Amino acid sequence: MKSSPTSYTRRRLKLLLPLLALMLAAALLSLVLGAVNVPLSEVLSALFSGGDGTAGARIVLYARLPRVLGCILAGSALAVSGAVIQSVLANPLAAPSTIGVNSGAGLAAALCCAVAPGMQSLVPVAAFAGALLSALLVLFIAERTGASRLTLVLAGVAVSNVLAAAVDAVVTFFPDALNGYSDFRIGSLANLSLERLGAPAAVIILALAAAFSLTNELDVLSLGRETARSLGLNAGRARILLLAVAAALAGAAVSFAGLLGFIGLIVPHMLRRFTGDESASLLPACALGGASLLLICDLGSRTLFSPYELPVGIVLSFAGGPFFIFLLIRQRKGRVV
Amino acid sequence: MIELRELRAGYSGREVLHGISLEFRPGEVLVIAGPNGCGKSTLLRAAAGIGEISGGEVLVDGVSSSALSARQMAQKCAYMPQDRPAPSLSVRRMALHGRFPYLSYPRRYRPEDYRAVDGALERARASDIADSAIPELSGGPRQRAYLAMALAQETETLLMDEPTAFLDISHQLAVMDMAASLAREGKAVVMVLHDLCLALRRADRLAVISAGRLLAQGTPEEIYSSGVIDEAFQARLRRTDTPDGPQYYFA
Repeated sequence: MKSSPTSYTRRRLKLLLPLLALMLAAALLSLVLGAVNVPLSEVLSALFSGGDGTAGARIVLYARLPRVLGCILAGSALAVSGAVIQSVLANPLAAPSTIGVNSGAGLAAALCCAVAPGMQSLVPVAAFAGALLSALLVLFIAERTGASRLTLVLAGVAVSNVLAAAVDAVVTFFPDALNGYSDFRIGSLANLSLERLGAPAAVIILALAAAFSLTNELDVLSLGRETARSLGLNAGRARILLLAVAAALAGAAVSFAGLLGFIGLIVPHMLRRFTGDESASLLPACALGGASLLLICDLGSRTLFSPYELPVGIVLSFAGGPFFIFLLIRQRKGRVV
Repeated sequence: MIELRELRAGYSGREVLHGISLEFRPGEVLVIAGPNGCGKSTLLRAAAGIGEISGGEVLVDGVSSSALSARQMAQKCAYMPQDRPAPSLSVRRMALHGRFPYLSYPRRYRPEDYRAVDGALERARASDIADSAIPELSGGPRQRAYLAMALAQETETLLMDEPTAFLDISHQLAVMDMAASLAREGKAVVMVLHDLCLALRRADRLAVISAGRLLAQGTPEEIYSSGVIDEAFQARLRRTDTPDGPQYYFA
């Protein structure tokens, strides 16, 4: 078969279209189902005519829509961030939650809220800075010590714990710094509003566009430093640029969804089985898959024990924990998933 | 043309090459030979603009490589390293990455990129494995995938570090035939080879290195006559004339 752009596009669409359908279906279900079920016709008329005359329309527009958009943004941002971090560090166990990127973002967000309360729009910027510093710290450890995959993850766990303790310290001194602190620690999308999503949404959309435009660089990096250089890529600079993009994604997501674990780890792993390491397919698949997973878990968190609501982080951990263990067992058998 | 002038190079702050001058001439297959650890790979890396250069210079068409960007260098010279990781990419995708030095934002491949890739796959005898994933391939086919990527770069100079390692004899000979045909088209082909007998039979010119210094360079006949290989390898190289031309062996 000859090489052509259409053969690639066709193969990519075969995977992406079902994922897109899954995400849209999960989003629609999330708008319909909840403590009170709103009929589909009412959901559609609220969305497209914009009226909030009925109680159902108000629930959809002011409670569920921001939450659905929050799930799509945070899920896709964390999954793509995880895929980028895994490729850059050539480490399948790396993810924003395992190498301290999420905690770094959380600490910076907490500090920002403590020092400048009321400056909500600064939070994503601070979270980005915190995430980037943590990512660079881990990159530094990886490059300077030639750390093995396991050492890197252990170092990440240590960094994560230190940063999480720092978040606790900030919250101890400034109890009002993080609104709904326990939700933040576990990760939750309750009480979101469209206004609060504005700034992080802009960061996530820009960072996703940047990540999608750097897929060739990611692939070339996976060929090793020497080959990357011989193809004209400055591997050091590309790594830092890509980690900055990953940090922007994770930081923006953490700034409104809290410390959601596992998405950045699980989703790239699940999808790599279908796409391999080809980033041009992997990253969009992760965006759609991450959004779908978070939508489904969030729907579960709202409906499983209705009218009580679990923070989505708990549902994710129940799903993600066993998967992580499965991953470790597979690797012990010498198979790299 | 790439020219090394009194090149000193190494890695991790350690100098391995102590002043080597050598030309990579268009239309010629040059084999770099020498005992293990003598600096052959360091020489190729430095020439490709990848390694640390501590003195002398690499001239590319008369311009110092230090004045060229990595991208400009990659358009002049392709390099196939000895260490070849196996990411989960298809062979075709890998060959497409050979076009990376020519891509501008937003990184869209042009029809000529696809044409170059198909040509490279065919030339590297990798068309039949084009849609296989690299980790599924054994050493030989994996090598052909890397070769296809280097060929897709369509550079004037092609540097290959042990391109025949892991290959069975028919593929080794195919690599040498391909090198000769690339040279006939006017490219400079430079390779590090461990099989000296193969090198002496098929190279246009050999450069023998020992302990980071160039001992000699010349045609296979000149190298054989000089006895420099015996000196460098502490071995006794012999030649016998056969109906298929001279054959070399170690006594």
